[in-house]
Amino acid sequence: MKRIYLDYAATTPTHPEVMKEMLPFFNQIYGNPSSIYQLAQRAKGAVEEARKKVAELINAKPEEIIFTSGGTEADNLAIKGVAWANKKKGNHIITSKIEHHAVLNTCKWLEKQGFKVTYISVDKYGIINLDELKDSLTDKTILISIMHANNEVGTIQPLLEISKIAQRRGIYFHTDAVQTVGKVPTDVKESGVDLLSLSGHKLYGPKGVGALYIRKGVKVLPLIHGGHHERNKRAGTENVPGIVGLGKACELAAREMATERRKLKMLRDRLYKGLSEQIEDIVLNGHPQNRLPGNLNICVKYVEGESMLINLDLEGICASSGSACTSGSLEPSHVLLAMGIPPEIAHGSLRFSLGRDTTEKEIDRVIEVLPPIVKKLRAMSPFGKKIKSGEYRG
Amino acid sequence: MADQWSLYSKKVMEHFQHPRNVGEIKNPEGVGHVGNPICGDIMELYIKVKDNKIVDAKFKTFGCGAAIATSSMVTEMVKGKTIEEALKISNRAVAEALDGLPPIKMHCSVLAEDALKAAIEDYLAKKGKKNDY
Repeated sequence: MKRIYLDYAATTPTHPEVMKEMLPFFNQIYGNPSSIYQLAQRAKGAVEEARKKVAELINAKPEEIIFTSGGTEADNLAIKGVAWANKKKGNHIITSKIEHHAVLNTCKWLEKQGFKVTYISVDKYGIINLDELKDSLTDKTILISIMHANNEVGTIQPLLEISKIAQRRGIYFHTDAVQTVGKVPTDVKESGVDLLSLSGHKLYGPKGVGALYIRKGVKVLPLIHGGHHERNKRAGTENVPGIVGLGKACELAAREMATERRKLKMLRDRLYKGLSEQIEDIVLNGHPQNRLPGNLNICVKYVEGESMLINLDLEGICASSGSACTSGSLEPSHVLLAMGIPPEIAHGSLRFSLGRDTTEKEIDRVIEVLPPIVKKLRAMSPFGKKIKSGEYRG
Repeated sequence: MADQWSLYSKKVMEHFQHPRNVGEIKNPEGVGHVGNPICGDIMELYIKVKDNKIVDAKFKTFGCGAAIATSSMVTEMVKGKTIEEALKISNRAVAEALDGLPPIKMHCSVLAEDALKAAIEDYLAKKGKKNDY
Protein backbone atom coordinates (compact mmCIF):
# COMPACT_ATOMS: atom_id res chain seq x y z
CA MET A 1 0.00 0.00 0.00
CA LYS A 2 1.32 3.43 -0.95
CA ARG A 3 1.44 5.88 1.89
CA ILE A 4 -0.49 9.12 1.49
CA TYR A 5 1.00 11.76 3.74
CA LEU A 6 -1.37 14.62 4.51
CA ASP A 7 0.11 15.96 7.71
CA TYR A 8 2.58 18.52 6.37
CA ALA A 9 1.53 20.98 9.09
CA ALA A 10 2.94 18.52 11.64
CA THR A 11 6.19 18.07 9.78
CA THR A 12 7.53 17.75 6.26
CA PRO A 13 9.99 15.34 4.67
CA THR A 14 13.38 16.96 4.24
CA HIS A 15 13.86 18.07 0.64
CA PRO A 16 16.51 15.96 -1.16
CA GLU A 17 18.40 19.12 -2.20
CA VAL A 18 18.42 20.20 1.44
CA MET A 19 19.86 16.88 2.53
CA LYS A 20 22.50 17.06 -0.17
CA GLU A 21 23.50 20.53 0.98
CA MET A 22 23.72 19.40 4.62
CA LEU A 23 25.75 16.21 4.19
CA PRO A 24 29.29 17.66 3.84
CA PHE A 25 28.85 19.51 7.13
CA PHE A 26 28.67 16.29 9.14
CA ASN A 27 32.08 14.86 8.35
CA GLN A 28 33.90 17.03 5.83
CA ILE A 29 33.41 20.64 6.81
CA TYR A 30 32.94 19.72 10.46
CA GLY A 31 34.96 22.58 12.00
CA ASN A 32 33.57 24.54 14.91
CA PRO A 33 32.56 27.94 13.52
CA SER A 34 34.20 29.58 16.55
CA SER A 35 37.65 28.23 15.66
CA ILE A 36 40.13 30.14 13.54
CA TYR A 37 41.51 27.69 10.97
CA GLN A 38 40.08 27.43 7.47
CA LEU A 39 38.08 24.26 8.12
CA ALA A 40 36.18 26.14 10.82
CA GLN A 41 35.92 29.38 8.87
CA ARG A 42 34.33 27.48 6.01
CA ALA A 43 31.68 26.21 8.40
CA LYS A 44 31.22 29.71 9.73
CA GLY A 45 30.85 30.99 6.19
CA ALA A 46 28.13 28.41 5.55
CA VAL A 47 26.26 29.49 8.67
CA GLU A 48 26.41 33.13 7.56
CA GLU A 49 25.32 32.18 4.06
CA ALA A 50 22.31 30.37 5.55
CA ARG A 51 21.53 33.39 7.71
CA LYS A 52 21.36 35.52 4.57
CA LYS A 53 18.97 33.08 2.90
CA VAL A 54 16.64 32.98 5.92
CA ALA A 55 16.73 36.77 6.17
CA GLU A 56 15.99 37.15 2.48
CA LEU A 57 12.88 34.97 2.64
CA ILE A 58 11.29 37.19 5.29
CA ASN A 59 12.83 40.50 4.13
CA ALA A 60 15.02 40.93 7.21
CA LYS A 61 18.71 41.78 7.63
CA PRO A 62 21.00 38.79 8.25
CA GLU A 63 22.11 40.21 11.61
CA GLU A 64 18.47 40.16 12.75
CA ILE A 65 18.31 36.34 12.51
CA ILE A 66 19.13 34.19 15.56
CA PHE A 67 19.30 30.44 15.01
CA THR A 68 17.55 28.26 17.56
CA SER A 69 16.72 24.58 18.01
CA GLY A 70 13.30 25.09 16.44
CA GLY A 71 10.04 26.97 16.57
CA THR A 72 9.37 26.25 20.22
CA GLU A 73 12.70 27.66 21.32
CA ALA A 74 12.20 30.68 19.08
CA ASP A 75 8.82 31.35 20.74
CA ASN A 76 10.33 30.91 24.20
CA LEU A 77 13.23 33.23 23.40
CA ALA A 78 10.90 35.87 22.00
CA ILE A 79 8.42 35.86 24.85
CA LYS A 80 10.60 35.19 27.90
CA GLY A 81 13.46 37.18 26.38
CA VAL A 82 11.31 40.28 25.85
CA ALA A 83 9.53 39.84 29.19
CA TRP A 84 12.78 39.69 31.17
CA ALA A 85 14.54 42.43 29.22
CA ASN A 86 11.62 44.84 29.57
CA LYS A 87 10.52 44.10 33.12
CA LYS A 88 11.15 47.69 34.13
CA LYS A 89 8.76 48.94 31.46
CA GLY A 90 5.93 46.67 32.46
CA ASN A 91 4.72 43.18 33.19
CA HIS A 92 1.74 42.76 30.88
CA ILE A 93 1.64 40.48 27.82
CA ILE A 94 -1.20 40.04 25.35
CA THR A 95 -1.64 36.88 23.32
CA SER A 96 -4.58 34.92 21.90
CA LYS A 97 -6.56 31.89 22.97
CA ILE A 98 -5.60 29.96 19.84
CA GLU A 99 -1.81 30.14 20.01
CA HIS A 100 0.39 27.08 19.74
CA HIS A 101 1.28 25.57 23.11
CA ALA A 102 4.83 26.84 22.65
CA VAL A 103 3.38 30.33 23.15
CA LEU A 104 0.47 29.54 25.49
CA ASN A 105 2.45 27.50 27.99
CA THR A 106 5.33 29.98 27.92
CA CYS A 107 2.84 32.72 28.82
CA LYS A 108 1.28 30.56 31.53
CA TRP A 109 4.72 29.98 33.01
CA LEU A 110 5.42 33.71 32.98
CA GLU A 111 2.15 34.27 34.85
CA LYS A 112 3.58 32.13 37.65
CA GLN A 113 6.62 34.43 37.66
CA GLY A 114 4.38 37.43 38.27
CA PHE A 115 3.65 38.60 34.74
CA LYS A 116 0.08 39.39 33.73
CA VAL A 117 -1.23 37.83 30.54
CA THR A 118 -4.41 38.60 28.59
CA TYR A 119 -5.68 35.92 26.22
CA ILE A 120 -7.66 37.55 23.40
CA SER A 121 -10.68 35.70 22.01
CA VAL A 122 -11.32 34.90 18.36
CA ASP A 123 -14.40 34.87 16.14
CA LYS A 124 -15.95 31.75 14.60
CA TYR A 125 -13.32 31.78 11.85
CA GLY A 126 -10.44 32.03 14.28
CA ILE A 127 -9.60 35.70 13.63
CA ILE A 128 -8.62 37.61 16.74
CA ASN A 129 -10.87 40.32 18.08
CA LEU A 130 -8.99 43.57 17.39
CA ASP A 131 -11.26 45.68 19.60
CA GLU A 132 -10.62 43.37 22.50
CA LEU A 133 -6.91 43.67 21.78
CA LYS A 134 -7.10 47.48 21.86
CA ASP A 135 -9.14 47.43 25.05
CA SER A 136 -6.65 45.15 26.75
CA LEU A 137 -3.70 47.49 26.30
CA THR A 138 -2.39 49.04 29.49
CA ASP A 139 0.58 51.21 30.41
CA LYS A 140 2.26 48.02 31.56
CA THR A 141 1.86 46.14 28.26
CA ILE A 142 5.28 45.21 26.88
CA LEU A 143 4.51 42.52 24.33
CA ILE A 144 1.78 41.30 21.98
CA SER A 145 2.27 37.77 20.66
CA ILE A 146 -0.19 36.68 17.97
CA MET A 147 0.49 33.85 15.55
CA HIS A 148 0.61 34.49 11.81
CA ALA A 149 -1.46 31.44 10.82
CA ASN A 150 -3.03 28.90 13.08
CA ASN A 151 -1.53 25.42 12.90
CA GLU A 152 -4.86 23.63 13.24
CA VAL A 153 -7.39 25.60 11.23
CA GLY A 154 -5.02 27.61 9.02
CA THR A 155 -6.65 30.99 9.63
CA ILE A 156 -4.29 33.87 8.84
CA GLN A 157 -4.29 36.84 11.21
CA PRO A 158 -4.21 40.50 10.13
CA LEU A 159 -0.60 41.14 11.21
CA LEU A 160 -0.41 44.65 9.81
CA GLU A 161 -3.43 45.84 11.79
CA ILE A 162 -2.02 44.33 14.98
CA SER A 163 1.41 45.82 14.41
CA LYS A 164 -0.11 49.27 13.89
CA ILE A 165 -1.83 49.00 17.26
CA ALA A 166 1.41 47.84 18.88
CA GLN A 167 3.60 50.50 17.25
CA ARG A 168 1.32 53.35 18.30
CA ARG A 169 1.90 52.37 21.90
CA GLY A 170 5.54 51.38 21.59
CA ILE A 171 4.76 47.74 22.39
CA TYR A 172 6.75 44.90 20.87
CA PHE A 173 4.89 42.57 18.53
CA HIS A 174 5.95 38.94 18.16
CA THR A 175 4.42 36.50 15.70
CA ASP A 176 4.77 32.73 15.57
CA ALA A 177 5.08 32.27 11.82
CA VAL A 178 6.04 28.60 11.95
CA GLN A 179 3.12 27.65 9.70
CA THR A 180 3.49 30.47 7.20
CA VAL A 181 7.18 31.03 6.42
CA GLY A 182 7.81 29.45 3.04
CA LYS A 183 4.08 28.85 2.47
CA VAL A 184 2.67 32.34 2.06
CA PRO A 185 4.59 35.62 1.72
CA THR A 186 5.89 36.64 5.12
CA ASP A 187 7.53 40.03 5.17
CA VAL A 188 8.72 41.48 8.45
CA LYS A 189 9.01 45.01 7.08
CA GLU A 190 5.61 45.05 5.44
CA SER A 191 3.80 43.45 8.38
CA GLY A 192 5.68 45.54 10.93
CA VAL A 193 6.49 42.74 13.35
CA ASP A 194 9.36 43.08 15.83
CA LEU A 195 9.96 39.38 16.39
CA LEU A 196 9.08 36.36 14.27
CA SER A 197 9.55 32.63 14.94
CA LEU A 198 10.13 30.08 12.21
CA SER A 199 10.96 26.39 12.07
CA GLY A 200 13.04 24.31 9.65
CA HIS A 201 11.08 21.09 9.50
CA LYS A 202 7.81 22.77 8.52
CA LEU A 203 9.31 23.97 5.24
CA TYR A 204 11.14 20.86 4.04
CA GLY A 205 14.21 21.57 6.15
CA PRO A 206 15.52 19.35 8.96
CA LYS A 207 14.09 18.98 12.46
CA GLY A 208 16.00 20.55 15.33
CA VAL A 209 16.60 23.94 13.77
CA GLY A 210 14.62 27.15 13.63
CA ALA A 211 15.18 30.87 13.91
CA LEU A 212 13.96 33.98 15.60
CA TYR A 213 13.91 37.28 13.76
CA ILE A 214 14.65 40.09 16.20
CA ARG A 215 14.29 43.54 14.69
CA LYS A 216 17.39 45.63 15.31
CA GLY A 217 16.94 47.57 18.54
CA VAL A 218 14.49 45.19 20.22
CA LYS A 219 15.67 44.27 23.71
CA VAL A 220 15.77 40.52 24.35
CA LEU A 221 17.60 38.58 27.05
CA PRO A 222 18.92 35.11 26.21
CA LEU A 223 17.51 31.86 27.59
CA ILE A 224 20.72 29.91 27.17
CA HIS A 225 23.99 31.23 28.56
CA GLY A 226 27.46 30.20 27.52
CA GLY A 227 29.74 31.37 24.74
CA HIS A 228 29.34 34.41 22.54
CA HIS A 229 27.37 32.68 19.80
CA GLU A 230 24.51 34.27 17.91
CA ARG A 231 25.27 37.81 19.07
CA ASN A 232 25.10 36.70 22.70
CA LYS A 233 21.46 35.81 22.27
CA ARG A 234 21.80 32.03 22.07
CA ALA A 235 24.88 30.25 23.37
CA GLY A 236 26.03 26.85 22.13
CA THR A 237 28.04 25.58 19.19
CA GLU A 238 25.97 26.14 16.07
CA ASN A 239 24.02 23.23 14.60
CA VAL A 240 25.90 23.74 11.34
CA PRO A 241 24.28 20.99 9.22
CA GLY A 242 20.84 21.99 10.48
CA ILE A 243 21.43 25.68 9.86
CA VAL A 244 22.76 24.98 6.36
CA GLY A 245 19.66 22.87 5.74
CA LEU A 246 17.34 25.61 6.98
CA GLY A 247 19.08 28.09 4.70
CA LYS A 248 18.68 25.83 1.68
CA ALA A 249 15.03 25.16 2.57
CA CYS A 250 14.38 28.91 2.67
CA GLU A 251 16.09 29.38 -0.69
CA LEU A 252 13.93 26.65 -2.24
CA ALA A 253 10.77 28.00 -0.64
CA ALA A 254 11.39 31.45 -2.10
CA ARG A 255 11.75 29.84 -5.51
CA GLU A 256 8.76 27.50 -5.35
CA MET A 257 6.24 29.34 -3.16
CA ALA A 258 4.08 30.95 -5.83
CA THR A 259 3.45 27.81 -7.90
CA GLU A 260 3.21 25.67 -4.80
CA ARG A 261 0.50 27.89 -3.30
CA ARG A 262 -1.67 27.65 -6.39
CA LYS A 263 -1.31 23.88 -6.56
CA LEU A 264 -2.07 23.35 -2.88
CA LYS A 265 -5.11 25.56 -2.93
CA MET A 266 -6.50 23.74 -5.96
CA LEU A 267 -5.97 20.31 -4.39
CA ARG A 268 -7.26 21.45 -0.99
CA ASP A 269 -10.47 22.80 -2.56
CA ARG A 270 -10.87 19.57 -4.52
CA LEU A 271 -10.58 17.58 -1.29
CA TYR A 272 -13.17 19.67 0.53
CA LYS A 273 -15.57 19.59 -2.40
CA GLY A 274 -15.25 15.83 -2.76
CA LEU A 275 -15.71 15.14 0.93
CA SER A 276 -18.60 17.54 1.43
CA GLU A 277 -20.42 16.03 -1.54
CA GLN A 278 -20.15 12.53 -0.11
CA ILE A 279 -20.43 13.04 3.64
CA GLU A 280 -23.41 14.68 5.26
CA ASP A 281 -23.00 16.96 8.23
CA ILE A 282 -19.43 18.09 7.86
CA VAL A 283 -18.33 21.58 8.80
CA LEU A 284 -15.38 23.57 7.49
CA ASN A 285 -13.26 25.01 10.29
CA GLY A 286 -11.25 28.20 9.92
CA HIS A 287 -11.62 31.16 7.63
CA PRO A 288 -12.99 30.22 4.21
CA GLN A 289 -10.59 32.59 2.37
CA ASN A 290 -7.92 33.90 4.75
CA ARG A 291 -6.31 30.56 5.35
CA LEU A 292 -3.20 28.56 4.56
CA PRO A 293 -3.36 27.15 1.03
CA GLY A 294 -2.60 23.56 2.06
CA ASN A 295 -4.83 23.37 5.13
CA LEU A 296 -8.20 21.68 5.31
CA ASN A 297 -9.81 21.30 8.73
CA ILE A 298 -13.27 19.81 9.01
CA CYS A 299 -15.52 18.48 11.72
CA VAL A 300 -17.33 15.27 10.91
CA LYS A 301 -20.33 15.27 13.22
CA TYR A 302 -21.29 12.28 15.40
CA VAL A 303 -17.92 10.53 15.11
CA GLU A 304 -14.73 10.89 17.03
CA GLY A 305 -11.51 12.03 15.38
CA GLU A 306 -9.05 9.41 16.54
CA SER A 307 -11.22 6.54 15.38
CA MET A 308 -11.26 8.13 11.91
CA LEU A 309 -7.49 8.65 11.99
CA ILE A 310 -6.79 5.02 12.85
CA ASN A 311 -9.04 3.86 10.05
CA LEU A 312 -7.30 6.24 7.66
CA ASP A 313 -3.92 4.96 8.86
CA LEU A 314 -5.01 1.42 8.04
CA GLU A 315 -5.48 2.71 4.48
CA GLY A 316 -2.04 4.30 4.55
CA ILE A 317 -3.35 7.84 4.99
CA CYS A 318 -1.66 10.13 7.56
CA ALA A 319 -3.73 13.01 8.93
CA SER A 320 -4.44 14.55 12.34
CA SER A 321 -7.27 15.59 14.61
CA GLY A 322 -8.03 18.02 17.39
CA SER A 323 -9.87 15.40 19.41
CA ALA A 324 -8.95 14.91 23.06
CA CYS A 325 -7.82 11.38 22.33
CA THR A 326 -5.06 12.56 20.07
CA SER A 327 -3.84 15.31 22.35
CA GLY A 328 -3.36 13.18 25.45
CA SER A 329 -5.68 15.45 27.41
CA LEU A 330 -9.37 15.09 28.16
CA GLU A 331 -10.37 18.20 26.28
CA PRO A 332 -10.62 18.67 22.56
CA SER A 333 -8.60 21.29 20.70
CA HIS A 334 -8.41 24.65 22.50
CA VAL A 335 -8.46 26.29 19.08
CA LEU A 336 -11.81 24.80 18.02
CA LEU A 337 -13.32 25.49 21.45
CA ALA A 338 -12.15 29.12 21.28
CA MET A 339 -13.89 29.39 17.90
CA GLY A 340 -17.14 28.43 19.63
CA ILE A 341 -17.39 24.88 18.30
CA PRO A 342 -19.19 22.63 20.81
CA PRO A 343 -16.88 19.99 22.36
CA GLU A 344 -18.76 16.98 20.98
CA ILE A 345 -18.31 18.36 17.47
CA ALA A 346 -14.72 19.43 18.06
CA HIS A 347 -13.92 15.80 18.93
CA GLY A 348 -14.78 14.91 15.35
CA SER A 349 -12.24 17.23 13.76
CA LEU A 350 -9.87 16.14 11.04
CA ARG A 351 -6.97 18.12 9.66
CA PHE A 352 -5.52 17.36 6.26
CA SER A 353 -2.45 19.42 5.47
CA LEU A 354 -1.16 19.13 1.94
CA GLY A 355 2.36 19.65 0.69
CA ARG A 356 4.74 19.60 -2.25
CA ASP A 357 4.45 15.87 -2.95
CA THR A 358 0.64 15.77 -2.73
CA THR A 359 -1.03 14.63 -5.95
CA GLU A 360 -4.54 14.76 -7.33
CA LYS A 361 -4.59 10.96 -7.24
CA GLU A 362 -3.89 10.99 -3.51
CA ILE A 363 -6.66 13.49 -2.89
CA ASP A 364 -9.10 11.37 -4.88
CA ARG A 365 -8.10 8.34 -2.85
CA VAL A 366 -9.00 10.14 0.38
CA ILE A 367 -12.34 11.16 -1.10
CA GLU A 368 -12.91 7.49 -1.88
CA VAL A 369 -11.74 6.08 1.47
CA LEU A 370 -13.14 8.47 4.08
CA PRO A 371 -16.91 8.28 3.38
CA PRO A 372 -17.21 4.52 4.12
CA ILE A 373 -15.12 4.98 7.29
CA VAL A 374 -17.49 7.69 8.48
CA LYS A 375 -20.48 5.57 7.60
CA LYS A 376 -19.17 2.63 9.60
CA LEU A 377 -18.36 4.76 12.65
CA ARG A 378 -21.66 6.60 12.53
CA ALA A 379 -23.48 3.27 12.54
CA MET A 380 -21.65 2.52 15.79
CA SER A 381 -22.34 5.94 17.29
CA PRO A 382 -25.07 6.43 19.91
CA PHE A 383 -25.69 9.81 18.27
CA GLY A 384 -27.22 7.97 15.31
CA LYS A 385 -30.73 7.50 16.66
CA LYS A 386 -30.71 10.97 18.13
CA ILE A 387 -29.88 12.36 14.72
CA LYS A 388 -32.71 10.40 13.16
CA SER A 389 -35.23 11.47 15.77
CA GLY A 390 -34.11 15.09 15.51
CA GLU A 391 -33.19 15.10 19.18
CA TYR A 392 -29.59 15.91 18.44
CA ARG A 393 -28.69 19.06 16.58
CA GLY A 394 -25.01 19.85 16.34
CA MET B 1 -0.72 -2.34 8.41
CA ALA B 2 -1.39 -2.88 12.11
CA ASP B 3 2.18 -3.80 12.89
CA GLN B 4 4.61 -3.21 15.72
CA TRP B 5 4.52 0.55 15.16
CA SER B 6 0.81 0.74 15.86
CA LEU B 7 -0.30 2.80 18.84
CA TYR B 8 -2.44 -0.14 19.94
CA SER B 9 -1.93 -3.88 20.45
CA LYS B 10 -2.97 -6.31 17.70
CA LYS B 11 -5.93 -7.37 19.82
CA VAL B 12 -7.16 -3.79 20.23
CA MET B 13 -6.80 -3.21 16.50
CA GLU B 14 -8.64 -6.43 15.74
CA HIS B 15 -11.59 -5.45 17.95
CA PHE B 16 -11.49 -1.90 16.61
CA GLN B 17 -11.65 -3.06 13.00
CA HIS B 18 -14.16 -5.81 13.64
CA PRO B 19 -16.09 -4.80 16.73
CA ARG B 20 -18.35 -7.49 18.18
CA ASN B 21 -21.90 -6.84 19.32
CA VAL B 22 -22.45 -3.42 17.77
CA GLY B 23 -26.03 -2.27 18.03
CA GLU B 24 -28.94 -2.10 20.41
CA ILE B 25 -31.16 -4.69 22.06
CA LYS B 26 -34.89 -4.15 21.81
CA ASN B 27 -36.53 -4.18 25.22
CA PRO B 28 -33.29 -4.84 27.09
CA GLU B 29 -33.30 -5.87 30.72
CA GLY B 30 -30.67 -3.25 31.41
CA VAL B 31 -29.07 -0.24 29.70
CA GLY B 32 -26.03 1.73 30.80
CA HIS B 33 -25.31 5.22 29.43
CA VAL B 34 -21.94 6.58 30.48
CA GLY B 35 -19.42 9.19 29.47
CA ASN B 36 -20.05 12.69 28.28
CA PRO B 37 -19.61 14.48 24.99
CA ILE B 38 -17.12 16.94 26.45
CA CYS B 39 -14.57 14.20 27.09
CA GLY B 40 -15.32 12.70 23.72
CA ASP B 41 -16.41 9.24 24.87
CA ILE B 42 -19.99 8.07 25.12
CA MET B 43 -20.90 4.44 25.64
CA GLU B 44 -24.29 2.78 25.64
CA LEU B 45 -24.37 -0.83 26.77
CA TYR B 46 -27.44 -3.06 26.54
CA ILE B 47 -27.88 -6.40 28.31
CA LYS B 48 -30.38 -9.19 27.94
CA VAL B 49 -30.75 -11.22 31.14
CA LYS B 50 -32.36 -14.62 31.60
CA ASP B 51 -32.36 -16.52 34.92
CA ASN B 52 -29.77 -14.20 36.39
CA LYS B 53 -27.48 -14.79 33.41
CA ILE B 54 -26.46 -12.24 30.78
CA VAL B 55 -27.42 -13.96 27.56
CA ASP B 56 -26.72 -11.08 25.18
CA ALA B 57 -24.95 -7.73 25.23
CA LYS B 58 -24.65 -4.97 22.65
CA PHE B 59 -23.11 -1.53 22.52
CA LYS B 60 -23.04 1.80 20.76
CA THR B 61 -20.00 3.99 21.26
CA PHE B 62 -18.83 7.43 20.22
CA GLY B 63 -15.15 7.49 20.96
CA CYS B 64 -11.58 6.71 20.05
CA GLY B 65 -10.11 3.39 18.97
CA ALA B 66 -9.61 2.25 22.54
CA ALA B 67 -13.18 3.15 23.49
CA ILE B 68 -14.56 1.09 20.63
CA ALA B 69 -12.26 -1.87 21.33
CA THR B 70 -13.05 -1.92 25.07
CA SER B 71 -16.79 -1.73 24.32
CA SER B 72 -16.45 -4.68 22.00
CA MET B 73 -14.37 -6.64 24.50
CA VAL B 74 -16.55 -6.01 27.53
CA THR B 75 -19.68 -7.14 25.68
CA GLU B 76 -17.86 -10.33 24.71
CA MET B 77 -16.70 -10.92 28.28
CA VAL B 78 -20.11 -10.59 29.94
CA LYS B 79 -22.00 -12.95 27.69
CA GLY B 80 -22.87 -16.13 29.58
CA LYS B 81 -21.88 -14.66 32.95
CA THR B 82 -24.17 -14.43 35.96
CA ILE B 83 -24.90 -10.94 37.29
CA GLU B 84 -22.56 -11.57 40.23
CA GLU B 85 -19.75 -12.71 37.93
CA ALA B 86 -20.30 -9.78 35.57
CA LEU B 87 -20.10 -7.30 38.45
CA LYS B 88 -16.58 -8.57 39.16
CA ILE B 89 -15.28 -7.64 35.69
CA SER B 90 -12.83 -4.82 36.28
CA ASN B 91 -11.46 -2.27 33.87
CA ARG B 92 -8.05 -3.94 34.26
CA ALA B 93 -9.51 -7.26 33.19
CA VAL B 94 -10.93 -5.63 30.04
CA ALA B 95 -7.60 -3.95 29.28
CA GLU B 96 -5.70 -7.19 29.91
CA ALA B 97 -8.03 -9.12 27.64
CA LEU B 98 -7.02 -6.65 24.92
CA ASP B 99 -3.31 -7.24 25.63
CA GLY B 100 -3.06 -3.87 27.29
CA LEU B 101 -3.85 -0.26 26.47
CA PRO B 102 -1.54 2.76 26.24
CA PRO B 103 -1.48 4.49 29.67
CA ILE B 104 -3.39 7.55 28.44
CA LYS B 105 -6.14 5.24 27.19
CA MET B 106 -6.78 3.40 30.44
CA HIS B 107 -9.75 5.67 31.14
CA CYS B 108 -11.48 4.06 28.16
CA SER B 109 -11.43 0.72 29.99
CA VAL B 110 -12.84 2.47 33.06
CA LEU B 111 -15.67 3.68 30.88
CA ALA B 112 -16.36 0.11 29.72
CA GLU B 113 -16.52 -1.10 33.33
CA ASP B 114 -18.77 1.83 34.24
CA ALA B 115 -21.09 1.13 31.29
CA LEU B 116 -21.42 -2.50 32.33
CA LYS B 117 -22.05 -1.60 35.98
CA ALA B 118 -24.64 0.99 34.92
CA ALA B 119 -26.46 -1.58 32.76
CA ILE B 120 -26.50 -4.08 35.62
CA GLU B 121 -27.69 -1.45 38.09
CA ASP B 122 -30.45 -0.54 35.66
CA TYR B 123 -31.42 -4.21 35.47
CA LEU B 124 -31.38 -4.63 39.24
CA ALA B 125 -33.38 -1.45 39.76
CA LYS B 126 -36.03 -2.57 37.29
CA LYS B 127 -36.11 -6.02 38.86
CA GLY B 128 -36.40 -4.52 42.32
CA LYS B 129 -39.35 -2.47 41.21
CA LYS B 130 -41.03 -5.50 39.70
CA ASN B 131 -40.52 -7.42 42.93
CA ASP B 132 -42.11 -4.59 44.84
CA TYR B 133 -45.38 -5.00 43.02
